[in-house]
Amino acid sequence: MEDALTLYDAKFDSRLLLGTARYPSPAILAQAIHAARTGIVTVSLRREAGGSRAGESFWALIRESGAKVLPNTAGCRTVKEAVTTAQMAREVFATDWIKLEVIGDEDTLQPDVFGLVEAARVLVGEGFCVFPYMTEDLVVAEKLLEAGCRVLMPWAAPIGSGRGVNNIFGLRALRAHFPQTPLVVDAGLGAPSHAAAVMELGYDAVLLNTAISRAGDPVAMARAFALGVEAGRAAFLAKPMTPRDFARPSTPVIGRAFDEGAA
Amino acid sequence: MRIRVNGLERDVAARTLAALLEELEYGDQLVATALNREFVRAKDRVETPLRENDSVEIVAPKQGG
Repeated sequence: MEDALTLYDAKFDSRLLLGTARYPSPAILAQAIHAARTGIVTVSLRREAGGSRAGESFWALIRESGAKVLPNTAGCRTVKEAVTTAQMAREVFATDWIKLEVIGDEDTLQPDVFGLVEAARVLVGEGFCVFPYMTEDLVVAEKLLEAGCRVLMPWAAPIGSGRGVNNIFGLRALRAHFPQTPLVVDAGLGAPSHAAAVMELGYDAVLLNTAISRAGDPVAMARAFALGVEAGRAAFLAKPMTPRDFARPSTPVIGRAFDEGAA
Repeated sequence: MRIRVNGLERDVAARTLAALLEELEYGDQLVATALNREFVRAKDRVETPLRENDSVEIVAPKQGG
């Protein structure tokens, strides 16, 4: 596998992680997973009534896709809720992977980074592979790594906002401070150019949901994002030029016709 | 006995978590459970008693981001 993405010792061809929520239909979700060429999809747990088979039907669709699942603790507001949800997810989805969300603010869905670190410590202690949804804060990142996280997932902008990168300096600093840690941009991307931009910064992968599921044509957008991620990664590996403040002619100056000052 | 199931007050006859799932017709549905915010493994449901005012969560796979 050339230039594989490695997360907790598992390797993937694709650098696009895909959320499964808010698609127009299960069929379109299945097509979008295929079009995105993703190897990892996020899933959740929600209350279900007796006699309903909705959860199992969804789970069957995901299993058929062949993608690895990354359950989340979306919506949890306390350490206790997040830990219990992770434990339930491990049993249902039969995986130690958990995308850890501890939400601290209703308007921005900004993570409660204090609760996040505490929950991460508990879950790592229980053998989970924790993918923490975090801000781009360097100190929080350090604390999460100390807690035993081996992947970090900073936001680009609030969940579902589609705003793209709010703080490119912060994301660049995070990348520079933790060169060996897999970093996945999670949340806030709206267009394939946003995904390409963070991949060009050297981010290892992106996690997308709303930008694809709520697009006019989610399947076509999944394909577009796959291309954006691929282009950004290729550009990063190709080492982009350093920006300059002044122009530099790309066409050779020497030998220009009508140049009276030279032979 | 009055308990809360997925946030709703209910009168139930069941005295264990396993019996509750049966009473509420979950059958062999793929679900995970928590009692008073503590995870209860599937294999422990038979041995998990219910008491008045307990709060039970029963969750299943769902789309998520």
